[in-house]
Amino acid sequence: MAEDMTLEDVKKHVRVYIGVFIALAILTVVTVAVSLLDIPFYPALIVALLIASIKGSLVAAYFMHLISEKQVVMWVLIMAGVFLIAMFILFIFAYADQEGMALLSDLTGYVA
Amino acid sequence: MEVLIPYEVTPRRDTGVNNAKLGIWLFLASEVMLFGGLFAAYVFLRMGAEAWPGMAPYGSDVMATRADQILSVPLATLNTMILIASSVTMVMAWASLKMDSLSKYKLYMGLTILLALGFLVVKGFEYGDKFAHHFVPGTNNFLGVYFVLTGLHAIHVTGGIIVNAWFWGPGTKMWKRGTPRDKAHFANRIEVAGLYWHFVDLVWIFLFPTIYLI
Repeated sequence: MAEDMTLEDVKKHVRVYIGVFIALAILTVVTVAVSLLDIPFYPALIVALLIASIKGSLVAAYFMHLISEKQVVMWVLIMAGVFLIAMFILFIFAYADQEGMALLSDLTGYVA
Repeated sequence: MEVLIPYEVTPRRDTGVNNAKLGIWLFLASEVMLFGGLFAAYVFLRMGAEAWPGMAPYGSDVMATRADQILSVPLATLNTMILIASSVTMVMAWASLKMDSLSKYKLYMGLTILLALGFLVVKGFEYGDKFAHHFVPGTNNFLGVYFVLTGLHAIHVTGGIIVNAWFWGPGTKMWKRGTPRDKAHFANRIEVAGLYWHFVDLVWIFLFPTIYLI
């Protein structure tokens, strides 16, 4: 996107950068404040990841200019996301397999 | 003899972006996998642990039930603010070049470097406190995850400082040559360095709550 920007475009962007900075600072304070509340683990995890995702999206969209980036960059990121999810699924299979073997061992006394 | 590499600044017709930008995004995609793999290891170590952090804070006999009983949240919050601020100054450095102001660029890039050094100093205090209490990576899985993830991130910050320091100092020779091609080339380098720097910020945005707060 940067190749075809005019001076006016850049000046508009600078105002957006300041706004994003304020939003990121506020969200950081909110994350810490929520962590001080005595809420159970899983809701706390979901809230923390949700806020982190919003902050991450702001950085990626505005500081890294993804909001106006070309399709090829999106495809690179989509591929990274697909491979990341595939890796997580492989870990889950490995974990489930381990848990399955432990269950089998408990039930039958069989040790692999 | 000067060798001209095509599409350093001008976009390729097939991809729509220049090669430098495509290159950095491919590198960042590989970084997603690097941090993603370690993050997955963290998740599964934690899922398999009977207790997390699984240790008593220094000077206590009671097992900690939250990471913030071992780690310093105020210091980590300060570091989060520092890194966010450095992302803003980095993007302002690039915007200054787009507005044809080298002096403003030097100011913002200098601030980015100082903030990054500040981040490492705070991290140094944090690590120093852990080591003073004999909390080392081998102590347990929690500290192993903490040191590996934050340590790898700190290495990335250090790499960013080195590259940004070059572009703050000797690297500006390219801009000072004054031709439109050189100026566009230098601004493009800063944009690419900025993409890396924002990624380092982005990684910390996820590390901070998942390691320190929950």
